[in-house]
Amino acid sequence: MTLATWFALLVAIILAAETVRALRQRALGSERWRRFFRHPTAAWGLVILVFLIMVAVAAPLIAPFDPDRQLDIIGLKNHPPSWTFPLGTDVLSRDVWSRIVYGARVSLGIGGLGALVAVSVGSLVGAVAGYYRRWVDAVLMRTVDVGLALPRIFILLMAVALWDRLPFGVLVLVIGLTSWFGTGRLVRAEVLSLRERDYVLAARALGAGAGGVIFRHVLPNAAAPIIVSAALGVGNVLLLEASLSYLGIGVRPPTPSWGNMIADGAPNIYTAPWTTLAAGLAISLVVMSLNAVADGLRDALDPREEGSTT
Amino acid sequence: MTGVVWLLRRLVASVAIIFAVVTLVFILIHVAPGDPCVGSDESARDPAMCPLLIRQFGLDQPLYVQYGRYLLQLLQGNLGYSFSLHRPVRDALAETIPFTLQLAGVALLIDFLVGLGLGIYQALRVNRLPDLVLSNVTLFAYSLPTFWLALVLLLLFAEKVKLFPLGGPSDPVLCPLIDSAYCVADRIWHLVLPALTLGLVGAAGTARFQRAAMLEVAQQDFVRTARAKGLSERRVVLRHQLRNALLSFITRFGLTLPFLLTGAVLIETIFAWPGMGRLAVDAILTRDHALVTATGLIASTVVVSGNFLADILIGIADPRVRVAADEAVPLLPA
Repeated sequence: MTLATWFALLVAIILAAETVRALRQRALGSERWRRFFRHPTAAWGLVILVFLIMVAVAAPLIAPFDPDRQLDIIGLKNHPPSWTFPLGTDVLSRDVWSRIVYGARVSLGIGGLGALVAVSVGSLVGAVAGYYRRWVDAVLMRTVDVGLALPRIFILLMAVALWDRLPFGVLVLVIGLTSWFGTGRLVRAEVLSLRERDYVLAARALGAGAGGVIFRHVLPNAAAPIIVSAALGVGNVLLLEASLSYLGIGVRPPTPSWGNMIADGAPNIYTAPWTTLAAGLAISLVVMSLNAVADGLRDALDPREEGSTT
Repeated sequence: MTGVVWLLRRLVASVAIIFAVVTLVFILIHVAPGDPCVGSDESARDPAMCPLLIRQFGLDQPLYVQYGRYLLQLLQGNLGYSFSLHRPVRDALAETIPFTLQLAGVALLIDFLVGLGLGIYQALRVNRLPDLVLSNVTLFAYSLPTFWLALVLLLLFAEKVKLFPLGGPSDPVLCPLIDSAYCVADRIWHLVLPALTLGLVGAAGTARFQRAAMLEVAQQDFVRTARAKGLSERRVVLRHQLRNALLSFITRFGLTLPFLLTGAVLIETIFAWPGMGRLAVDAILTRDHALVTATGLIASTVVVSGNFLADILIGIADPRVRVAADEAVPLLPA
């Protein structure tokens, strides 16, 4: 690693810490966000997430090498960690740290986009089912029942079998469309109680259409469980991508994702464990941060916590 | 609605869900490109053999004919013939399911014993040092990719320190032939790492869930009453809080049960464990129609009966639960 990349890394760390500190300062004004920051782990989780997002965005500045470049296939194959290669090199003599940095783009991208698809579909289906009730509800909720009874890795394996070589967008869509069932059920339960509220009645009496009521009045008030399940969803999608890549059907090499890096290193794990260890720790770190942030959000957004101190 | 009607309704719904899953899996695997010739078998790759095989398995028929045939066979308890393994699906499953049950059973035991123990202990010491430390430990363990943990445990305890075997269900030379006390010990020895991998990650989740459930109950009025009566703290926590917190634990039990069976797919692959999960993955990759559909059938049955079982147990354990089946919303793992 060169001085410039170390410097860029340091800047990213400081920026992440400062961003969260600034957020915390502003949060003092609102009781909800004070509750979020009372969670020490939630604040740390946020710092790590902000840092990794910065790393993903500024990947070319932070990564010392081209992630796909095979530096010296004979001399630098499975080189242990050193000052030049802080996390060593992999079996094809590629710099592991650079691949982790670029892999953040791919893994966080799939996690974020996949969860976005899942949560959007789940919220919409849940809201429609809960709002219309009757047969619409019955049909949608039976779909959810079936979706939850199908082992997800199973559907994914088969979807992948259909395409053979899965483009990135399709992978995200497939993961997203098989991950919304839980959110759907959760949002529906929330909407069932929301639809009986007076403000919904008022909106309908004023002539608002179903779409308007759902998007303007029902969904915003169901935001708390949706946000929490989104935070958890990103982690789940990340883990799922990792499992798929390990089975050799996720992100296609040479594009680095943390999942396929675990797989890359696995055959050599006894002699050169650093590739697999680094990628797995990166995944664990993100999922842990997301879970911590979700814990904090749950406390912050829980109406029962209003005014309490526990 | 009386209990019997509710039970019947749930039963019918469960069967319908399983039926839908089987149909879906059947259609998906038959629409997927590839046929018996994709399999690893050399004889099947012979171009002249392919049309013969396809005709033999009825794959040249329209999909609805194949589906009708399959259902008829299924009703007679016939799961079909696996063309990648050259044997009836029933035999292949009978051989692999005991291994999966062994692994899942021990993992479940670790999961619940360790998880419940930690959760209760943390609730007793809430917000004190042991609780804070354990909260962070369980948060981390819960976030580990299970298959990565498997690789790391193998690296540490089978390679660096040669405590446990690298994989497989038992000693490959001796134990398939003889049955002795040594082999029983050998099987247990082989089971330790895969079961620990699955069990510990699960236990971290269970501990987090149980701690949250205990604290949730702690805010309710009857706990305050119990305390006001002058009961000892221990008694309040163990008799009043724990009893009620165990209710949501039953729901979690129903949700975890199937995950251990299906979530073991990668663990079985890594530890060369000859269970159903590995069978299912191989079946999908070789487009083994009958085998894929059968594993789908079993997996969905386990999921559905897990939920069903949890609902019944809750109904027995909690007299307050008298709700219509479709209003029941499973608790999110905390």
